[in-house]
Amino acid sequence: MNQAIVIKEKNIPITENETVPPHPLKEFWKYFSENRGAVIGLYFIAGAILCAIFADIIAPHSPFNQYRSAILQPPFWMEGGNTEFILGTDDVGRDILSRLIFGARLSLFVGVIVVTLSLAAGIILGVTAGYFGGFYETVVMRLMDIMLALPSLLLAMAIVAILGPSLQNAILAIAIVVLPHYVRLTRASIIAEKNKDYVTASRVSGAGPLRMMFNVLLPNCMAPLIVQATLGFSAAILDAAALGFLGMGAQPPTPEWGAMLANSLQFIQRAWWVVTFPGVAILLTVLAFNLAGDGLRDALDPKMKR
Amino acid sequence: MIQFLAKRFLQIFPAFIGITLLTFSLVHLIPGDPVELLAGERGIDPARHEQMKKAMGLDKPLAVQYLQYITNVFKGDLGKSFVTKKPVLKEFMTLFPATLELSFCAMIFAVLFGLPAGVIAGVKRGTVFDHSVMTVSLTGYSMPIFWWGLLLILFFSVNLGWTPVSGRLSALYWIDADTGFMLIDAFRSDEQGAFKSALSHLILPSIVLGTIPLAVIARMTRSSMLEVLQEDYVRTARAKGLSPARVIMIHALRNALIPVITVIGLQVGVLLAGAILTETIFAWPGVGKWIVESINRRDYPVVQGGILIISSLIIFVNLLVDILYGIVNPRISRA
Repeated sequence: MNQAIVIKEKNIPITENETVPPHPLKEFWKYFSENRGAVIGLYFIAGAILCAIFADIIAPHSPFNQYRSAILQPPFWMEGGNTEFILGTDDVGRDILSRLIFGARLSLFVGVIVVTLSLAAGIILGVTAGYFGGFYETVVMRLMDIMLALPSLLLAMAIVAILGPSLQNAILAIAIVVLPHYVRLTRASIIAEKNKDYVTASRVSGAGPLRMMFNVLLPNCMAPLIVQATLGFSAAILDAAALGFLGMGAQPPTPEWGAMLANSLQFIQRAWWVVTFPGVAILLTVLAFNLAGDGLRDALDPKMKR
Repeated sequence: MIQFLAKRFLQIFPAFIGITLLTFSLVHLIPGDPVELLAGERGIDPARHEQMKKAMGLDKPLAVQYLQYITNVFKGDLGKSFVTKKPVLKEFMTLFPATLELSFCAMIFAVLFGLPAGVIAGVKRGTVFDHSVMTVSLTGYSMPIFWWGLLLILFFSVNLGWTPVSGRLSALYWIDADTGFMLIDAFRSDEQGAFKSALSHLILPSIVLGTIPLAVIARMTRSSMLEVLQEDYVRTARAKGLSPARVIMIHALRNALIPVITVIGLQVGVLLAGAILTETIFAWPGVGKWIVESINRRDYPVVQGGILIISSLIIFVNLLVDILYGIVNPRISRA
C-alpha cells in the first residue's frame, strides 16, 4: 500500500520549482516587494545609511566650520547663492547640506541605540513575564501600564529634567519611554505560543527555563517584534528631534536635525532654507521607516498575505 | 455593568499611586537636594540649610515624606513654584483653559476631516482617492509637528500674511478672562473684531496639533470600515435593496465607529504631548509651554505638579473611554 503511493508519486511529472519551497528570504522579498512604498522606503533608508557612513567623504564642508563671509547665504538656485553651499548656510555661516549629512549619522545612531536598548530590555522583561506569569507578571505589566498612560514626550522630558539635557540622556529617556510597547508585544506572543505542542514537547524532553524562553519560544515570537523595531526607529528619530528642538536633546553646535531647528524661528522671515531643510530630512527619514515597517508587517504577517 | 464599572474604577488606583511615586521620586533623583535648588547659584550656609531641610520635612524618612506628599496631593496642595512663588495648582488652572481650547479645536479639525476621509477611502477602496488619503495620512503620521508648525507660519503668516504668528489674541484688544476660553470671552465682550482675531490665532495651532490625530483617525476609520463592509449583515442590508448611502452611513458606520471612538479617546495623550511642542512654537500661553519653561528653569515643583496633573487627566480620560466603550459595545462589559 505504502509502496504503491511512493511509486505513484514518483510517476507524477512535477518540475523542481514546485516541489522545493522557496527560501524564506526569497518568499519574504516576494511579498515585501509587492508593496512599492515599502521598497522606496527601504532604498531611502539604505541611502541614509550610506550618507551616515561616508559623511566625511560626501559632505562638501565640515559641519562645524563657520564661513564668516557667507552668513545666511541662500541655496544655489536662488539669487545670491552659489554651488559652494548647495543648500545655503545658517546664521553663523555653516553649510546646511554638510550639517544635514552629518545629522543623518546622529539620527540613525539614535535610532539604532534606542531600538537596541529597548528591544533587549523589552524582550527580557516580556519573555520572563509571559513565561513565569503570576505576581511577577502583574507587577511588570502594571508598571508598563503606568508608563503607557504618560505621553511619551512628557515622560522623556521628565527623565531629561532629572538627568540633564544631552543627546545621551535623550537617547536613554526615549529608550525607557518606548519600552512598554516591546514588553507587551513580547509577552502577548509568548502567551500565545506557550501552550502549543512543540513547546510541551521540548519541555518534556527536559529543556530548562532559559532554553525554553530564549531558544524555543522567542524565535517564534520575532515577527511582530521586527515590525515594531522598524517602526520604533521612526518614533525614536522623531522624539529625539523633538527633544533637540526643545533644547533638551543634542546641544549646539551638534548638527542634529531637531536642534538645527531650535532657533530657526527668528530667521523665518529672512532665510526660509534654514527652517525648511532639516525638517524635510526628518520627515523623509521617518516616513521611510514607517513605509518599510508597514511593508514588513504585510510580508511577515501570514494573515495579511493574499 | 456595575461590576465592570467598579472593576475599572479600582484599576485606576494602582496607576495613580504609580504616577505619584514617579513624580515624588523625580525630585529625589535630581542631583543635589531641593534646598540647594531653592537657594540657587548663590549657595546657602549650613545652619540655614539644616533649618530649611527641617521646615520642608526633608529630614524625615522617605516613606514618611511620600505619605506627606500624597496627603498634600489629595488636599490639592501641589507645592509652590520656585520662580513665581504661586501655588502650582492655581497656575495650572489659569493656563489649562488655553490648552483645552487648543486641543478641542485640534480634535474638531482632526475628526471633521479624518472621519469622512477614512469612510470614503474605505468605501472606494483601491481608487486614487483611497491611495491619496493613505499617502497623506502616512505623511501626517510621520510629521515632526514642530517643523510643520514652522512651515505653516512661514507660508501662511510670513509669506501670505493671512494669520498671526503667535499668541492667542491681537494686542489691540483687551478681554476679561472670565472663562479662560478666548473664543467664548471674545465672543461675549463688546470689542469689535476680537472674536475674529481670537479665531485667526487658533487656526494654525489647531491644524498643527490636529495633524497626527487626523492621520490616525483616517487610517483607523478606513481599516475599520473595510472590515465592517465585509460582514454578512451589510450584504443582507444591500440585498434587502437599501440605498448604498443608507447601508454605509447607518448600518456600516455605526459599527465601524466603535474602534474609532477608542482611538479618538487615546488621542488625548497625543494631544497633550503635541501641545508641548505646538504651544512652544506659537507662544501659546498654555500648560505645555509652561512645563517646557519650568524644565528649562529647573522649577521642579511645577514640573512635578504639571506631570502629575496631566497624567492623572489622561488616566481619567482613558477610564471614560473604556466606560463609553462598554456602553457602546455591551460584549466588553460582560466579558
